[in-house]
Amino acid sequence: MEKQRKKELTLFDKPRNRKIVILSLYIALLILLAVDLVIHRHGDFPWETAPEFFAVYGFVACVVLVFAAKVLRFVVERKEDYYD
Amino acid sequence: MIKAVPIAAIFIIGALFVPLLKGKIRSSYILFLPVLAFIILLNTPEGTYWAFNFLDYNLILGRIDKLSKLFGYIFIIWAFLAVLYSLHLKDNVQHLAALIYSGCALGIVFSGDLFSLYIFWEVLAISSTMLIWARRKRASIHAGFRYLLVHAVGGLSLLAGIVLYVAETGTPEFGFIGLNGTASYLILFGFCLNTAVIPLHFWVPDAYPESTVEGAIFLSVFTTKTGVYILARTFPGTELLAWLGAIMTAFPIFYAVISNDIRRVLAYSLLNQVGFMVCGIGLGTALAINGAVSHAFCNILFEGLLFMATGAVLYMTGKSNCTDLGGLYKTMPITCILCLVGAASIGGFPLFSGFISESMTISASAKENLPIMWFILQFSAVGVLHHASIKIPFFTFFSEDSGIRTKEPPFNMLLAMSIAAFLSIFIGIYPDVLYKILPEPVDYVPYTLDHVIGKLQLLLFGVLAFCLLIFSGYYPPEKRTLNLDTDWFLYRKPVQYGLPVVHFIFGGIATVMGKIFAEFFPRVLGNIVAEPLPKTKAMLSPMGVSVLIAMAFLSLLFIVFALL
Repeated sequence: MEKQRKKELTLFDKPRNRKIVILSLYIALLILLAVDLVIHRHGDFPWETAPEFFAVYGFVACVVLVFAAKVLRFVVERKEDYYD
Repeated sequence: MIKAVPIAAIFIIGALFVPLLKGKIRSSYILFLPVLAFIILLNTPEGTYWAFNFLDYNLILGRIDKLSKLFGYIFIIWAFLAVLYSLHLKDNVQHLAALIYSGCALGIVFSGDLFSLYIFWEVLAISSTMLIWARRKRASIHAGFRYLLVHAVGGLSLLAGIVLYVAETGTPEFGFIGLNGTASYLILFGFCLNTAVIPLHFWVPDAYPESTVEGAIFLSVFTTKTGVYILARTFPGTELLAWLGAIMTAFPIFYAVISNDIRRVLAYSLLNQVGFMVCGIGLGTALAINGAVSHAFCNILFEGLLFMATGAVLYMTGKSNCTDLGGLYKTMPITCILCLVGAASIGGFPLFSGFISESMTISASAKENLPIMWFILQFSAVGVLHHASIKIPFFTFFSEDSGIRTKEPPFNMLLAMSIAAFLSIFIGIYPDVLYKILPEPVDYVPYTLDHVIGKLQLLLFGVLAFCLLIFSGYYPPEKRTLNLDTDWFLYRKPVQYGLPVVHFIFGGIATVMGKIFAEFFPRVLGNIVAEPLPKTKAMLSPMGVSVLIAMAFLSLLFIVFALL
């Protein structure tokens, strides 16, 4: 039993592998930030050509989304059998 | 070749033979129908087929042009994949309903007049309800009834609109209508209800998660995307739709974040995706229409793929709540990878199909100089990533191990998912294949360096935000609760409080009428004729609601004819 459980601890159960995933995400983010400073941006709006605009917007949008969803949950959440 | 038989008929008439067949013969037969339809469509040049006169009106069952051909292709491809996915089913009701449902969707796409559209429209609603009822659970039966009644209301509004429109213009032609007068508003209401445009969207997250595993694959595509097709034909360039569409991309995301059932999360993401299409149609420029139509094409594949993957999980584990799932990548690795392909496509990662279609609509809003709309759409683009690309795979396949040990789904399910995944990647890499068949000439290059980098920044920093929120514990935990949606004030509460009133008024009328016709008249008549009639009161038991519906329908008809 114990042996089987150990065998099942694969891939993402190992803290080391999780760290590798997170680390590669950070590296990818740094590369994206660096590349953005070099390339020439086109865009229809002035802010589209601003450096790192999409990085900031993506991050802020996601955080706002989650906190707004928490507020929404406070308003609309009911018990599972509410309509029954 | 279409002269021989209309494409809708291949499915609808073909479906009628399904109950006679069994086993492998039935399997090959139902797979053959979409293949046959595809070959016929491929070999049919643009033009008008199957036109005939009915009561002085010209009815057309086969209008083939670029727009209808594109939707025809993807609908047939999807019908094939969905049939393949549900091949293991022994339930003939579902096979029958699914084929008729697909046929009606194709019937609408190829119809050239509003009358034939309306007939397909109604059968579409009924056959799709069967796919919800076929799950045979209490919740599904209830959800199915709500779904059917909601669509009955939409259908009545559409019928009233069509009658008025034909009386005004003298032609039932199914072409550009545009917002102009009562008739067009009634028609738009009916169309918007089927397309699930906010605030008429509530039936999607209500009914779809209650449908059968296999039924959801058909449902997730045909009803809303026929709506998109119809809107693209009848109301392109309607500003109202552009804004409703933009709101529709953002609004459901918040719900998706706090929903527990992964199929409900997907239903909300479906709304968000249709929002991009409706917004594009509302903008109405060549780029926007192309964006809307191509997004419909790509979305059918990857949204359907996600429904397939979550359906496979439900099929194998019997569970679909985030609170019950987790760690399934260990036992369902192939399904997990296919789900991730769908997730990457819907999120719009470069080299996946969402990237080449979603950005067209966003770009169109920029070209029209609508900064607020642009910000909403970009916000939604990150939001899709958050709930569809991360939340669904994360809580299903990764997250904390739920201890569930299962197997991969049947081979036919895996095959259908693999084909959908392959097509999603193929279109992502070779967008020109799709761009060539779009209704307007395409002047859009998705793969520019700054676009790729910008999109990757947007997405990966969204991923970063998700990770940080999960690690810090700020991410809202998954809970076994339900969330109120617009149906709460649109009909759930009104019905709850209104029904007793309706019962009182119409039940009262029924009682009085019962007294007069079932007691008073028979007694009077009984005095005249020798043998008294048997009491018929028992037959006139409380029937307030049905009386109300009949009355509502009659008064609607009365109003329509009064306006004529």
